[in-house]
This record gives sequence, structure tokens and C-alpha cells, in this order.
Amino acid sequence: MSIRVIQPGVQTTVQDLGRFGYQQFGVPVAGAMDPRSMKLANLLLDNDPGEAVLEITIMGPQLAFDETNYVALTGGDLGATLDGKPMPRYQAVKVEAGQTIRFLGIRNGCRAYLAFAGGLDIPPVMGSRSTYLKAKIGGFKGRKLEAGDELSFREPKPDLDFPERRRLGIDFTPQKQYELHVILGPQDDHFTEEGIKTFCSEVYTVSAEFDRMGCRLEGPIVEHKNGGDIISDGIAFGAIQVPSAGKPIIMAADRQTTGGYTKIATVCSVDFRFLGQLKGGDKVNFVPITVEQAQNALRLEQQYFQMITDFFKRDRT
Amino acid sequence: MNNVRFLLTGDTSLSVEFGNAINEAINHDIRAYKIALEKAGIPGIVETVPTYRSLMVHYDPSVIPYAQIRMKLEQLLNEMGEIEIPPSPVLEIPVLYGGEMGPDLAFVAENAGISEDEVVKIHSSAEYLIYMLGFTPGFTYLGGMSEKIAAPRLKAPRMKIPAGSVGIAGTQTGVYPIDSPGGWQLIGRTPVKMYDPERETPILPEAGQYIQFFPVTQTEYDAILQEVEAGTYVVKTHARKEA
Repeated sequence: MSIRVIQPGVQTTVQDLGRFGYQQFGVPVAGAMDPRSMKLANLLLDNDPGEAVLEITIMGPQLAFDETNYVALTGGDLGATLDGKPMPRYQAVKVEAGQTIRFLGIRNGCRAYLAFAGGLDIPPVMGSRSTYLKAKIGGFKGRKLEAGDELSFREPKPDLDFPERRRLGIDFTPQKQYELHVILGPQDDHFTEEGIKTFCSEVYTVSAEFDRMGCRLEGPIVEHKNGGDIISDGIAFGAIQVPSAGKPIIMAADRQTTGGYTKIATVCSVDFRFLGQLKGGDKVNFVPITVEQAQNALRLEQQYFQMITDFFKRDRT
Repeated sequence: MNNVRFLLTGDTSLSVEFGNAINEAINHDIRAYKIALEKAGIPGIVETVPTYRSLMVHYDPSVIPYAQIRMKLEQLLNEMGEIEIPPSPVLEIPVLYGGEMGPDLAFVAENAGISEDEVVKIHSSAEYLIYMLGFTPGFTYLGGMSEKIAAPRLKAPRMKIPAGSVGIAGTQTGVYPIDSPGGWQLIGRTPVKMYDPERETPILPEAGQYIQFFPVTQTEYDAILQEVEAGTYVVKTHARKEA
């Protein structure tokens, strides 16, 4: 075994980019809540950007290494230490057999991502290693980690090339108020003009109910024309449901595949980096943009990932 | 297929909406369109999700941006007349009705004012349209149950209902694909696994297909269960008789 879980933390799960192809059968996608942080952690280690990582939530675990490997930690700052010393984030870190990573407590954000060079030895279920907690599928035995669990590396790389080069600036920075760009629809026509105006101009606060399924918001009521019920249709990652009570809920990785509430808008993919880091008390506001603008931003992000990939691999013979 | 609407659902998917009602005609349109879309093999489509009234199309905008996919999807609508859509298969699902497997069959019969045998006969004589799957992996939203055997939900839901349980709630009927809590009146159980994450085809039913239940005896149930567990049981299907 490569890693022993001494303390599991609040909710530490194995996640990759999610389980695609089965939504038509009612299987939620799951996957990393903050996919950008997950991809950056993998790119730092020459992993496939969608390699499975540990998603660590709020109170992190204590992990004892029995085997040497490179790791990379990204996302929110959950106070990680390596053998008691602060552990650098956003860079490749060699963890020797016998060393322990321990998270002392949350500094900012909500979720950290810990990637392992060569990935984890976790069998894919329906094409993905993501844990979907509610149906107990994927990841480590379909559940969050518990004390005593043992994880194995798949192809550890204790001699990763150019380790000193593998570092990035801190990519996630907390904000007083998160501006989430959204694309209006699919049911924006179920809201009054006043409702749309409220949604696009007011500030909302993340309630105590935020998890991998969704994020309930508190704030001014978004007014419907005729209530918030519809005949069920599909739900995208980042879809913002507004039930009849008028309080928005941002649907996240573990959302059900279909639902019967009006959806006023959808958060743009590039802003999942913030959506995945929201926790109770955080403030958000919504800014509508066009689908073309959102896809341009997504293209720029992909170019950035490619640049990083090329940089770490340069000069390789 | 008039009045089809294209709705924005973010930057990696869109929803093709065929109507705003729950009926077989809309569902047939969705199934036909989904089959046509699969045949068209448009690059960049990740997956499609049929629901009561729409087909959600997930795509990779780095392969095909919004304007292009929207154009292709609209073109496909115009070509629908030329594409042959096979009739919907009807999945034949064996059910052991009543007894331990269906503890609420007696209540459903009493509620309907008919005998248990009559409930079974009515329940197993219809072909139920699978409008969509959702709620949990493999859960089918079925339409077409006779109102004669409709029954209210349990006042206190059960904490654990075994996978395979067949139930009635209002005018809906369905199968619990995984062990879960629930408030449906349980009238029987199927040995067939509607959902098995380790199987090559993890989920049996597909939206747009039909399900017909057929009653089996305890002996037949046990024999089928053995085959299911050995991975050798094949669910029989028949072609839908065109209405």
C-alpha cells in the first residue's frame, strides 16, 4: 500500500472529470467540483489533466506515505503540512516514504486537490474513477475516505523529470464577492423582467446548505411569472434552479440528471473554479454573458493548460 | 416536429425542446431525434439526455462551438423525414407478485375493489412507455398504467426497499433499481437487475423503450435469479405493436 489514511477529514473523495455517457440512464456525472484546480494539480506532475485526485473538503485528512512519490496540491488553502512544516501549494512536492501530510484547518476556499504522479490505483466504474456518494459508486469503495483506508499509487514516479521547474503561481485567490458569469436560460422566460433584473444585480449569500449536489443561496427573491415548477428536463453543471420560493440553488457536480424546477441561468464553465470553492457565508453576484463569450473564455483556459503542459515537457529528450 | 425550441443550458450543452407536455407523441419525437443524432455522428457530441419533453445535448465546444452545433441540430430536424426509426422494443420484465415480495398487493387490490389476481392481470397486460430515467441510476419514469389500480403512496415511507421491488404510486408504476427508502406501494419484485454498475451494460432500460411485466412463480423467480447472478439471463424483448 502507498498511503494510509490516519484521519479522513470531513469529506475526502476520489474524483476525476466525472462520469460521462450515463446521464441518460439517471447516473449523475459527479467529478471534481473545481475542475481547474484538479487539472492544474495533474499537469504539474505530467499526469493526464483528468487523472483521478483526492478532493479534500474544508477539514483535510492526515495521510501517511509508505511509498515515495511526487504530489501536487492546488485549490483552496486548507493548511497543509508535510511532516509539520507548511507544504507548498501549486508545485510538485516529493513526499518520501515515512512522511505524513496533514491538514491543520481552512485558510481560504473550500476544497483542495491532491494529485499523485502516475495516479491512484482505483478501478474505473462506468468509465470514471469519480466517487458518487449517494449511489455508492466509483472512487474508493463508493464512499468518502475513512480512517484505516489504504490507497495505492498506480504508476508512482519517484524520479519525476525537472522537479524544480514544476511550480505555478497560486491560482485560486479568495474574493470578498465572487462574480459568477452566467448564460441566461433555459427557462429565463419563466421569470418576470423584475425577476431577471433582481437576479442580475443583487448580491446573494451562500447558505449553510452547500455540498457536492448544490449550493443554496440566500438573498432577494427572484420573481417568477407563474411559479417555479416545470415538466422535468435535464440539468447542467452550474445550472441555477429557482423553485417557487424564489431562492436560487446552484447545481453542482453531484446534481441529479433531471429536475422539475425552473432554471434561470447556467454558470459558465470557466467560473466553476469559484463555484467549487464556495462555502457558507460567501457572497456571489451574477453577470450575464453570451454563450460565445463563455466559449472564448473556455478556449483561452484550454490554451493556458496547453502552455503549462508544453512548458513542463520542454527540453525533454 | 413543429415548434421545436433550442434552449441555452450553459456553454457545453443545449436543450432541444419538443413540447411542453407529457405525452407519447412528444416522447416519440425525442426518441426519433436521438436516434437520428446518433446516426449523424456529429463530432464533439459528448452525450445526450432525453427527458419528458426535450433532448439535452452535451458537447465539447473546443471541437464544435455553439453556432455550428446549433446549425447542425437544426439541419437534422429538417432531415427527420428521411431517417428510418426502428420501432421501440418492449422489455419483458418478470415479476413475482404479492407475498413477501409484494407486501402491499392486498392493499392495492382492496383500494381498487378488485381481487389481487385482477391487479396482477391489469398491471402485467400493459406496455409502459419509459419516458425518461432519472432520480437515481436506472430509475424509469413510466407512463400508461391503468387508473383502476392507482394507489396512494404510503403514509410513512419505508426505510429500505430492496432493489428490484415493483411499486405503484398514484398512477405511476416502476421498479426500484437500487436499495433505497421510498413510499411506493410494493406489489412484487423482479429478479432482473435494472442497474448493475459492474455489468457491461450497467443500466437495462432506455428512454423511449417500453416495459411489460409478466408474472412468474417462486420457482421461476428462483431460476431466473440464478441466471441473473451467473450473468447469463437475457431479458426478452418484443417489437411494439404499432398503435
